[in-house]
Amino acid sequence: MASTHILSAYDDELKYLSRRISEMGGLAEQMCSDAVRALVNSDAALAQKVISDDVILDHAEREIGDKAIITIARRQPVAADLREIVGSLRIASDLERVGDLGKNTAKRVIAVQGTGVPRKLARGLEHLSDLALVQLKDVLDVYATRSAEKAEAIRIRDEEIDAMYTSLFRELLTYMMEDPRNITTCTHLLFCAKNIERIGDHATNIAETIYYMTTGAQPEGDRPKDDSSNTLGAITE
Amino acid sequence: MNMMSESAVEKALDQKMSDASHKMIGKDVSVYYGEKRALFDVNLNVRENTVTALIGPSGCGKSTFLRCLNRMNDTIEHCRVTGKITLDTDDIYDQAIDVVELRARVGMVFQKPNPFPKTIYENISYGPRIHGLSKNKADMDQIVEASLQRAGLWGEVKDRLHESGTGLSGGQQQRLCIARAIAVSPEVILMDEPCSALDPIATAKVEELIHELRANYTIVIVTHSMQQAARVSQRTAMFHLGQLVEENDTDKMFTNPDDQRTQDYIMGRFG
Ligand SMILES: Nc1ncnc2c1ncn2[C@@H]1O[C@H](COP(=O)(O)OP(=O)(O)O)[C@@H](O)[C@H]1O
Ligand SMILES: [Mg+2]
Repeated sequence: MASTHILSAYDDELKYLSRRISEMGGLAEQMCSDAVRALVNSDAALAQKVISDDVILDHAEREIGDKAIITIARRQPVAADLREIVGSLRIASDLERVGDLGKNTAKRVIAVQGTGVPRKLARGLEHLSDLALVQLKDVLDVYATRSAEKAEAIRIRDEEIDAMYTSLFRELLTYMMEDPRNITTCTHLLFCAKNIERIGDHATNIAETIYYMTTGAQPEGDRPKDDSSNTLGAITE
Repeated sequence: MNMMSESAVEKALDQKMSDASHKMIGKDVSVYYGEKRALFDVNLNVRENTVTALIGPSGCGKSTFLRCLNRMNDTIEHCRVTGKITLDTDDIYDQAIDVVELRARVGMVFQKPNPFPKTIYENISYGPRIHGLSKNKADMDQIVEASLQRAGLWGEVKDRLHESGTGLSGGQQQRLCIARAIAVSPEVILMDEPCSALDPIATAKVEELIHELRANYTIVIVTHSMQQAARVSQRTAMFHLGQLVEENDTDKMFTNPDDQRTQDYIMGRFG
């Protein structure tokens, strides 16, 4: 943003919102990466840390909401300022959800601790999580620059995550069919995989919000399809 | 009593607005005060049954443009207007136009409420009388009541019609001035910062009135309050240094304006 407000306190309020969003983004990213690490290493202590970090994220979302409301009431923002503030609210809510997904994954660490995670599945989960976290990290970088072009590029990339998720889903089903004793663990892992895939969706939401904040328009064209695991019912024969 | 719901009325009006013919058309309008040029080839059309807000920094030419619409600039010495302005199909700067009649068709409300130092009744009846709009006392009573009704003032003043208009509160005086403008059955009402001398409650009443008047009149309002433009108008025109920089739907103007100067102005930015 090249220009500044005549009222410098208004600029400070907007800067506060974007600083807090960046902080939330950093923490959400850390939580999700920790959660997957805790899962593949059966690290209960790390999982516990993720669970307690979620409180910080919830708190940050509420503070951003309060500050946004006060700013709206005080400044009656219009145009790019209005979109900036509404965008902050949406992004804060996406990041709060990302934190929840990390927490949910962390909670499952305890459940799968007994059996451990088969090496091949662990690698699949890590790969999926790498993709999702790169997506999240990139979108947070784009948030810092507010580039509509880059936001659009990220939005299209979500496809890769969906494909990876679908293949992991397939693999988990195979494990369950091979030995019913795998079912409990695999079901938990399935939820974890879904959680990670959802992180990609939130990153995509954030990319769309950034696009809107910058241009005032919704990005054109459909966003990439959701995962296709919903059509994998008849995988057996 | 209301046959149509509020939103249905709004919808009907919005529909009417989108097919709205242009009540007034300004083409290449320029204004000079002596050597100084105040407006540069402004092309702005005023839609029928629409509230059009003129915004922009002080001195950008809003009032100057507004005054062109009923030739109030004629009263200013050294002021010269070029270009063409039509009301329906009539060229208002044509030699054949009767300026007094024009100003009855295109009425004006000023920044400071300026009732005549006469009774409330006389404030309203003055215009209709000089324009010969009533045949007798009963006729005039009817015009006075209808005008005060339309201006939302009847209930507050009906028992004191023969008291002085200057005894009313500021907000009431401004609505009296609007009633006075309405009394001569204008087609267009021009308002130059009509609320700048009013407190927030009186302002809200005048804004509510503007909102209602839209059904029967075409309104052009100059305002320095962004929020007021956003609240009362359907179209907004942004002036800057004597030029029209953007004219747009008000909703678009306040969420995503096209022009950077509009953006900077409405967001209170500079540089
Ligand atoms: N009667 C006048 N004589 C000379 N200059 C004038 C007169 N009225 C306005 N101006 C000049 O014309 C420009 C536009 O003024 P105006 O239309 O009053 O702007 P706004 O209503 O947007 O504040 C300003 O530079 C102002 O000084
Ligand atoms: Mg003015």
